[in-house]
Amino acid sequence: MCLGIPGEVIEFLPEQPDLARVDVSGVRRVINVGLLSDEPPEPGEWVLIHVGFALSKIDEAEAAAALEFLEGIGQAYEDELAALRDSKIE
Amino acid sequence: MTTGRVLPTADREQQVLDRIERARRRRPKLREERITMSHGAGGKATHTLIEAVFLDAFRNPLLEPLEDAARLQVGGATVALTTDSFVVSPLFFPGGNIGDLAVNGTVNDLAVAGATPLYLSAGFILEEGFPVADLTRIAESMRDAAAAAGVAVVTGDTKVVERGKADGCYINTAGVGAVAEGVDLGVANARPGDAVLVSGPIGDHGVTIMLARGELDIEADVESDTAPLGELVAGLLGAVPGVRALRDATRGGVATILNEIAKAADVGVFISENAIPVRDQVRGAAELLGIDPLYVACEGRLVAVVDGGQAAQALAVLRAHPLGAQAAIIGEVTAEPVGLVTIKTAFGGTRIVDLLVGDPLPRIC
Amino acid sequence: MRFVDEFRDADKAHALAARIAALCEPGRQYKLMEVCGGHTHTIYKHGLEDYLPESVTLVHGPGCPVCVIPMGRVDDAIHLASQPDVIMTSFGDMMRVPGSNGAFFDANARGTNIKMVYSPLDSLKIAKANPDKRVVFMAIGFETTAPSTAMTVLRARAQGVQNFSVFCNHVTIIPAIKAILDSPDLRLDGFIGPGHVSTVIGCRPYEFIAKSYGKPVVTAGFEPLDILQSIYMLMLQLREGRSEVENQYSRVVPWDGNPVALKAIGETMELRPYFEWRGLGFISHSALKMREAYADFDAELLFEVPGVRVADPKACQCGEVLKGVLKPWECKVFGTACTPETPIGTCMVSPEGACAAYYNYGRMTRQRVPEAISIELSRP
Repeated sequence: MCLGIPGEVIEFLPEQPDLARVDVSGVRRVINVGLLSDEPPEPGEWVLIHVGFALSKIDEAEAAAALEFLEGIGQAYEDELAALRDSKIE
Repeated sequence: MTTGRVLPTADREQQVLDRIERARRRRPKLREERITMSHGAGGKATHTLIEAVFLDAFRNPLLEPLEDAARLQVGGATVALTTDSFVVSPLFFPGGNIGDLAVNGTVNDLAVAGATPLYLSAGFILEEGFPVADLTRIAESMRDAAAAAGVAVVTGDTKVVERGKADGCYINTAGVGAVAEGVDLGVANARPGDAVLVSGPIGDHGVTIMLARGELDIEADVESDTAPLGELVAGLLGAVPGVRALRDATRGGVATILNEIAKAADVGVFISENAIPVRDQVRGAAELLGIDPLYVACEGRLVAVVDGGQAAQALAVLRAHPLGAQAAIIGEVTAEPVGLVTIKTAFGGTRIVDLLVGDPLPRIC
Repeated sequence: MRFVDEFRDADKAHALAARIAALCEPGRQYKLMEVCGGHTHTIYKHGLEDYLPESVTLVHGPGCPVCVIPMGRVDDAIHLASQPDVIMTSFGDMMRVPGSNGAFFDANARGTNIKMVYSPLDSLKIAKANPDKRVVFMAIGFETTAPSTAMTVLRARAQGVQNFSVFCNHVTIIPAIKAILDSPDLRLDGFIGPGHVSTVIGCRPYEFIAKSYGKPVVTAGFEPLDILQSIYMLMLQLREGRSEVENQYSRVVPWDGNPVALKAIGETMELRPYFEWRGLGFISHSALKMREAYADFDAELLFEVPGVRVADPKACQCGEVLKGVLKPWECKVFGTACTPETPIGTCMVSPEGACAAYYNYGRMTRQRVPEAISIELSRP
């Protein structure tokens, strides 16, 4: 029920401003983007899809920041492990 | 009986898990008074129905193994006999139609029993008003599929029912094949150390059907993987002596077969999510719908259990054939936990892969 | 799959797990509740608990909108579906939820026409394609899903569809969380906040949890790394003695939510004075119904609904599981009388129910991350 999947907006349907075609891993689906009418998504932007509606836009900058944080933690971990290994006595 | 001592949480949890395993070993009772869609899904409900109604009524040692085909002695020769009914909706879909399924499905049940498929029967139940042109298309597909599989349709039957029944066309096929000397395949043969392989990407057929129903406004470039596996199987059996069991992954998907192995052989099956081949589009569609490709029907895929030492050889043989080009070793048979299928997820954690009760995708084959 | 695979990366999981373990104070036990059923599902589906130390326990909360539907409402839905010329439409999750006389699947076996749909828009489509039938959509879900129902009703009105109505069972999340916080049986250290509900209501509604109850909240995404990172952020708050609302799912959740969605809900629906939640009892102002202006889309007005209150079976302990007081395996009937094939309660039959998740995915002996991860991290 909480199911929300990220999809990329491909195009709007002609004469139906509320409907857009999105792509999820090569699978295409028409969804209703009426909930984003304040700031309609552009083709190429990503949205969160839930029961046939776009609930929210995916903020690519925030996503990148989140991944960067995770990368950072991952790298720090690797560094610590390496340091631990190198510092082994005998 | 109380001991006054409270066990640590982990022990109490283990006690509950043990209690559950004991309960699961008891024969499930059929509680429903009427058939529901769950009974047709190939999962737990189907198994319960078969055991409670059919096994009870027809009980005999040839039926008991409940394999895809029965192995019979007929005048000194070993013969495999199988039957399958096809109620797929829609009748025509990318990659095939009900006719292809009807031929390939039965051919494959024979092939995985280690039999050379020889002869099929075809029974048709037709709805009043069904276009003859469609029926002809179906029959011609069956002709082509039979030729490709090296079998002949030698007998059949036709019935017509009133408009509103049979949803156009239902088909039943039964098949007979010759089992070579010394071939003894069966899921009960699996033992710890064996490798588990699939012959290609999973979930293609089920997802194709679901999208072809047109109810979901989803378009994707997927098509059914329906195909005859006789040649692939013959090649494998010819080159690899240590094949313990073969199954074709239809209704209920790969997960159902793995559970059948674990249960029949009293072993564990451990697979790795990263090793399982799935097409991107199948994965995308499955994510969109919240279903797991492991449970989605295929119609041209094998699951093979092979002696661990011969796994690499088996993989090479499968990959050398066009229908096995993307074959993969997805896991192994273990001693523990008995009767359970577990998976190491792509994320690195472990979880169970149990049988589902119903099916997310009704009337897939 | 973009925005999915990156957040399932196992390598980064080890790093987060080490950090989480390092933040545990020796001898202290931590109980964190994930409110959302979707989070419960992810946790079990990906085996996330394998990455947590023994001292961190995840408690499963009541955020499973299917789980909290009382049996009486299922009976009401079946009664609706049994009316002449009615096509009932419902999300798949509801099809096997037991009422007092079976679930939707069983009702279909007795002759009702209850169809599974993936979107309320599918239901509207069925109404337009079958003008001689009366199509009812069983609306379930928290604030995540209510906007979609609302938009569908608005669309139905705009298109002049006369044979479509909604049997509204939408519930709201804050009263459920309040019920947890006020429950005397439970001591929680923090909350993994709802993800998709927050795209609609934003993060502000959770501030009272941090300010008045002193518990940290982190709204989390649904991939395993999202949840693991949220746990890390909670542990960090606890270590540093903070209690704030933080947004881990910032790529999707705007702090102020979605005003268009809230407006659509406000236009078509209003809060019921009270509503019965399975396991939690009657909670005031916790559920939605159609507004008077949209009475022609309200199935409860168009049809007679019995509205009988059905008590849960005696053996059922769903209430305590939903409140996080009991773990699924601690329920007396878990796995024996109550199984996915023979569910007694909703926790076992909903794909997001804690019992279903544990039974289908988690029912195995587990090796947790050892306490003493021997990496002393000098910086947080």
